[in-house]
Amino acid sequence: MTKLTSLTLKAALDGLSSKAFSAVELTQAHVEAVEAARDLNAYVLETPDKALAMAQAADARRASGDAGPLEGAPLGIKDLFCTEGVRSTAGSRILGNFTPTYESTVTANLWRDGAVMLGKLNMDEFAMGSSNETSAFGPVVNPWRPKGGNAKLTPGGSSGGSAAAVAAELCLGATATDTGGSIRQPAAFTGTVGIKPTYGRCSRWGVVAFASSLDQAGPMARTVEDAAILLKSMAGHDAKDSTSLAVAVPDFPSFVGKSVKGLRIGIPKEYRVDGMPAEIDALWEQGIAWLKEAGCEIVEVSLPHTRYALPAYYIVAPAEASSNLARYDGMRYGLRVEGANLTETYEATRAAGFGEEVKRRIIMGAYVLSAGYYDAYYLKALKVRRRISEDFDAAFEKVDALLTPTAPSAAFALGENADDPVAMYLNDIFTVTVNLAGLPGMSLPAGVDANGLPLGLQLIGRALDEGTLFALGGAMEKAADFKARPAKWW
Amino acid sequence: MAIDAATVRKVARLARIAEPEERIEPLARELSAILNWIEQLSEVDTDGVEPMTSVVAANLSMREDVVTDGGDPARVLSNAPKTKDNFFVVPKVVE
Repeated sequence: MTKLTSLTLKAALDGLSSKAFSAVELTQAHVEAVEAARDLNAYVLETPDKALAMAQAADARRASGDAGPLEGAPLGIKDLFCTEGVRSTAGSRILGNFTPTYESTVTANLWRDGAVMLGKLNMDEFAMGSSNETSAFGPVVNPWRPKGGNAKLTPGGSSGGSAAAVAAELCLGATATDTGGSIRQPAAFTGTVGIKPTYGRCSRWGVVAFASSLDQAGPMARTVEDAAILLKSMAGHDAKDSTSLAVAVPDFPSFVGKSVKGLRIGIPKEYRVDGMPAEIDALWEQGIAWLKEAGCEIVEVSLPHTRYALPAYYIVAPAEASSNLARYDGMRYGLRVEGANLTETYEATRAAGFGEEVKRRIIMGAYVLSAGYYDAYYLKALKVRRRISEDFDAAFEKVDALLTPTAPSAAFALGENADDPVAMYLNDIFTVTVNLAGLPGMSLPAGVDANGLPLGLQLIGRALDEGTLFALGGAMEKAADFKARPAKWW
Repeated sequence: MAIDAATVRKVARLARIAEPEERIEPLARELSAILNWIEQLSEVDTDGVEPMTSVVAANLSMREDVVTDGGDPARVLSNAPKTKDNFFVVPKVVE
């Protein structure tokens, strides 16, 4: 029999349903895998006792004929989600041992459907980073290594812990969040599937805020179908988040396997950037060929403002962050460093509690919002944001979805881009447009590069049309037949 | 557009972050590099474009004006660095 930790979420749920194994057995196997994989630094907090208690309760519910759609499935939770009674840090020192007295809506939805929590997953501090190196707990190590080498690679970020845990079979699936690419870039770097749904699909309530107009939760998993199963449970209207959309949640898994014949797929020419590795370009061509074979019509489209998306993002996101992170003042929760007076206490607390990248973004945000610069930077960026959104509106008059690479490179070595913020920001060049426009985007593994490292392709859909992405993702996954797995070294 | 050391000091103060003096010059360089890169936005014609603050239609829904939560000071205070008699204890604000 396959190792219990190697099962897909779907296969595990089927196995639980047919009584091939219990939720306790499935969870115990995962708890042991997590304990044996501490070299990856994927989990910042393991909750084995809670996991086994939840698994026991899941077995009892299943025995009484009361099983939810995720009954007994062990998952990892990004440490940006508040979990009641379980330390939640957002990867920052400033939250210290913050232990929420409430549960985020997304995780509450997962527990409602019977899922089991294995622990909290490492991430870039406040989700600000593309390599997991800004985490106060140190970087996550990618389970993938280059062929014939043992260099430590980044799993991407900010959801690096989620990506590594899914790739290394330390959970059946994980929650993640995506403000500029934080689900899709790590998915590409680890050979996993990640979807950032339409803005408003998942409630942001109880998710530590970074940039509220861009933040969106989504799942990471090892197959397109598993991602669809998870998103169906995570999504849904929530009165506690005023930007949560009051729309029904489609049966996402039912789209996987549907025919994509006749769908029109746009290829945005502006995504062919200088210096992109030939392998990524070739993979993109391969993806186009797969969709053609599946009966799709390929259409070249133009998104003329693409190159302005990242600079606009690096005004909008820091501006919102500087406002959101004003709450960390050492008064009500988290770290407090006493100073001579109130102001000095604030300043000392925030100096000690925030890491360098977070401080840089807060100061940048405060600068672009400050008197004299507001119009030139912040307002300008909001206008460019509309231009980017209009580009997509025009493209979606002609096509049903877009196909692009997910990231401009494969996973890079830890430390490689650490000294150059702009070089690090360029990781999100293909993903950030989607956040600015609020659209759904999915990354799925499509091949490996010459070093044997996974590469991802991205599908972008119309607002609220995740279903088409699951159908297309299912078709591409079948064609790609991506079977490569990281060789266990940890 | 370059940011100088004085501006970094001012903005760090506005953001209530005590940046040590040895970080001021490096921050000025880093932020200037980012701003120079951002400068390309000036190429985009945005005349008459409405700023986009949200991707969701801004119709906030109304609800009954009733208490839905609260009355639980112990939970509210459970993560506070300092408390006394169901209050947060903070440094003296008024001299």
